[in-house]
Amino acid sequence: MSVILKADHICVAYEGKKVVDHVSFEVEHGDYLCIVGENGTGKSSLVKAMLGLVPTCCGKAVFNLKNGKKRIGYLPQQTLLQKDFPASVGETVISGCLSGMKFPKIYRKAEKELAETYMKYLDIYDLRHKATRDLSGGQRQRVLLARALCAADEILVLDEPVSGLDTNAARDLYSCLEKLNREKNITVIMISHDMNSAMKYAAKILHLDTKLLFFGKKEDYLLSIHSKKLLS
Amino acid sequence: MDFIKAVLTQPMITRGAVIGILVSLCAALLGVCLVLKRCSMIGDGLSHVAFGTLSIAFALNAAPLLITIPVVMLTAFILLRLSESSSIKGDSAIALISSTALAVGVCAASIGNISIDVNSYMFGSIWLVGREELYYCIPLAIVVIAVFVLCYHDIFLVTYDEDFAKASGTKVGFYKTVIALLTALVVVIGMRIMGTLLISSLVIFPALTSMRVFKSFRGVILCSVAVSAVCFVLGLALSYYSEMPTGASIVVVNAVVFALFSAIGKFCGKK
Repeated sequence: MSVILKADHICVAYEGKKVVDHVSFEVEHGDYLCIVGENGTGKSSLVKAMLGLVPTCCGKAVFNLKNGKKRIGYLPQQTLLQKDFPASVGETVISGCLSGMKFPKIYRKAEKELAETYMKYLDIYDLRHKATRDLSGGQRQRVLLARALCAADEILVLDEPVSGLDTNAARDLYSCLEKLNREKNITVIMISHDMNSAMKYAAKILHLDTKLLFFGKKEDYLLSIHSKKLLS
Repeated sequence: MDFIKAVLTQPMITRGAVIGILVSLCAALLGVCLVLKRCSMIGDGLSHVAFGTLSIAFALNAAPLLITIPVVMLTAFILLRLSESSSIKGDSAIALISSTALAVGVCAASIGNISIDVNSYMFGSIWLVGREELYYCIPLAIVVIAVFVLCYHDIFLVTYDEDFAKASGTKVGFYKTVIALLTALVVVIGMRIMGTLLISSLVIFPALTSMRVFKSFRGVILCSVAVSAVCFVLGLALSYYSEMPTGASIVVVNAVVFALFSAIGKFCGKK
């Protein structure tokens, strides 16, 4: 398997305080990686730094993607602002296609079909004319997942996708991700608070507490001392 | 009928109506983005800065628009940067800048001992609109509409979800800067008609009104443009018949339409 993401000594600091300290790791094509750790240990900052959303003070992340362009399907934590944004499901999903398009950007058949495929795949096609703000939490996350898939069919980066979802909705979302990972060989990198599900679905674990505590296979992680504290 | 005849035959009113409709259209388009991004007060801050700069320009006997436009555009750029950095709160920064600019403007007007009518600058007057505004206004409207037509989808994505847009490779900073600079231009040109205190309502009202009823971005954009233009014409007519200040009449019409749309939204939501 080839390496899709190489993070090299990433450091992030806010106002002089280090929140991510020299973190290095590699992710291979088709991996399913869960980033775990307690609140405020720099998980979101690490992911945002890798995506170029916050500046790093040193180090860098290199994505090795098919077309050479930086196209990553990112599913951010939802902000309050987005919860009442006027947008229909169809509008939201197809906007994921924009990154691959050239000016002037007008949706043609290819984009419409791509959006339709993923909406059907994630079982939200019937909702396409509805407003995203009228959906349930689980439906909304599936809409954002479909949008992320339109943007990138190689790698998904998710920031706590199940927070705020009930047990059933969370399980549905996990099984969607598992299906995408298995069937379409999409690399999944996920920040998770839900340790049990992380242990169930992930192949690799990255445990972060500002510094990298553990990175490796899930089986090895379960034997390590670091897993004890979080799992208990 | 009187009103329509006046618009068609009196050059002063014709000019005011043309500029007003164009400014309303632009303000409505930009307003949707600003309101959804929660930075609609930028319009308010910019109008105060525009007032301050205009007074200074008058006091120095310099060309008003030529000085005001670059200054306000620079302010828009700075306000955008301020609202991005977390160390200084964006909204208090806007409040500081706008009250300072207002104060400086009033001081400049009194020191320069110039005979500008502060009241008409505060609340707007169609009689203040000169030929110069028309020359700035038409290209501006063309640019704003062209930007929204050509970059509609990117603007949607940047407004909706900056982080996702950046991660998937959209030039977020570029679009935000373009929107801030265009807002600055619209504010400077529109404030002659609407007044310093009321121009920001042209930015905020149409977007909020449309959001009461429409639930898709396309619907909100199209409805804002329509609402904005209709409210401007009705407001102008109201001001023509009642001899109330133009800007204030337009805001009153906007407020009534907002209430109407809220009621429709509530009614449709219940069904």
